[in-house]
Amino acid sequence: MSGRFEGRRVLVTGAARGQGRNHAVRFAREGADVALLDLAVEEMETVAYPLGSRAELEETAALVKAAGRRVEVLVADVRSLAQMEEAVGRAVAAFGGLDVIVVNAGICTFGELATMSAETWGTMIDVNLTGAFNTVRAAVPHIYGSEAGRVVATASMAGRAGWENIGHYAAAKWGLIGMVKSLALELAPRGITANVVCPSSVDTTMMKNEASYKLFRPDLENPTLEDALPAFQSVNVLPVPYAEPDDISDAVLFLASDQARYITGATLSAAIGVNAKNI
Amino acid sequence: MPRFDDKVALVTGAARGQGRSHAVRFAAEGADLVLCDRCADLGTVPYGLASAADLEETVAAVEAAGGRAVALEADVRDGAALARVVDAGIEAFGGIDIAVANAGIAGVSTIAAMTDDEWQNMIDINLGGVFKTLRAVAGHMAERGSGRIVATSSVVGRLGAPNIGHYVAAKWGVIGLVKSLALELAEHGVTVNAVCPTSVDTAMIQNEAFRELFLADQTSYTPADVERAFTELNPIPIPWVQPDDISDTVLFLASEEARMITGEAVPVALGWNARTAA
Repeated sequence: MSGRFEGRRVLVTGAARGQGRNHAVRFAREGADVALLDLAVEEMETVAYPLGSRAELEETAALVKAAGRRVEVLVADVRSLAQMEEAVGRAVAAFGGLDVIVVNAGICTFGELATMSAETWGTMIDVNLTGAFNTVRAAVPHIYGSEAGRVVATASMAGRAGWENIGHYAAAKWGLIGMVKSLALELAPRGITANVVCPSSVDTTMMKNEASYKLFRPDLENPTLEDALPAFQSVNVLPVPYAEPDDISDAVLFLASDQARYITGATLSAAIGVNAKNI
Repeated sequence: MPRFDDKVALVTGAARGQGRSHAVRFAAEGADLVLCDRCADLGTVPYGLASAADLEETVAAVEAAGGRAVALEADVRDGAALARVVDAGIEAFGGIDIAVANAGIAGVSTIAAMTDDEWQNMIDINLGGVFKTLRAVAGHMAERGSGRIVATSSVVGRLGAPNIGHYVAAKWGVIGLVKSLALELAEHGVTVNAVCPTSVDTAMIQNEAFRELFLADQTSYTPADVERAFTELNPIPIPWVQPDDISDTVLFLASEEARMITGEAVPVALGWNARTAA
């Protein structure tokens, strides 16, 4: 399947590791130049696990280069429209434009709404929803000239249902879907598509950390990954605890490809069947 | 590398239109095909259905694309006939890896004016036929511990639309059926999904009944009028997609790349779905 993205220019947010890194490398291996954007700071208020580091972002860049493609490394906070405009501007200057925008950056924290701090709520909405808007706002005007303009955003099955302990995350992801469906209608006359991928659990640090194990196994004092695996799997329909980043990349790259040119405003659940119990 | 080398795909409604396109595309990527079609007209359908000659033409196109094919005349309302199709496929190729429940009809009537026959034929073919197709392969795939099923629903399987209420009801039903079978077959390694097209450039819409429905207020119209009327449905401003565009998504859902996707309904609908919750 090499070459679906030959000569295309792709922006990926949250590219230091996890799903973002995987999407970036997969696009590069199919011929794209990739701009990698990440905050590249491991600590963020309210977040209980380390975020992608500068070193990890450089590692993603090395993987894109190893695929023989051009790479731009952009350090910016998706919460700042000014930073996003500056960073995207550098990618556009380097590549001469953009074709595909992958809105992937996100965080996950836990807490019941009745006791959630304003900071936990606010950080979630700022990163996962306003961060997606800022990405769209900064980058979409640069794909108007593309022959194959695409926006693909990462929502979640929590964007199609309610879920205990992640009400702020669910609110942000529902909001993201509403935003992308609206964007799809606004971009349709230009032939540019905007879609959402909804994963269930994915094998990344967002899932594999102590706070997550504790949430899934509240009965144990210090649960391990081994303890959490059956609980992870119990959420899913196909008998696996989580999908691999590659499985999500398969869906993202499909939506970004020529094969999906007439799919827009869609929410594609690459969700291990969780969606079968939903609309 | 072809995605479907050594795979066997069954396609209903294969004589022409989307079904033929799916069959030929699977063959071009390495698969052998098990094909069926009713090959006869039906009273309540306001346009001609495919013929035996059309089905022969699909067989020839599959062979030209490098695939082998067995083809049988079968009405999807006939469960025994579908069982014979599945048996013939297993006998010829050793098993069935992929099933595409594509056969379907369209009709035009308000619900208030709809006859019993119009309603019943629609439900029997577009919903019952999908049920019988899925039932015919479900046990076989579960036993083998693998399989891919894709059913053709419609963008109107997620919303209401006037003058085609029976079609809308059947297509909503297909999605419910697909989601339920996805849950039943998940532990057996079989995925079950639906594709939801907008208007597709086939005989199902390119006929007098649909042109009159879309241009009811005009006494005469040109091809440009028809295109304009169909375009009004779609945010991406073109009148219809091609069968090949639907095949792109059907083949994706049948591929290894979609192994973590099941119980899903994917709209290939030029953005019409962006105005809905789905």
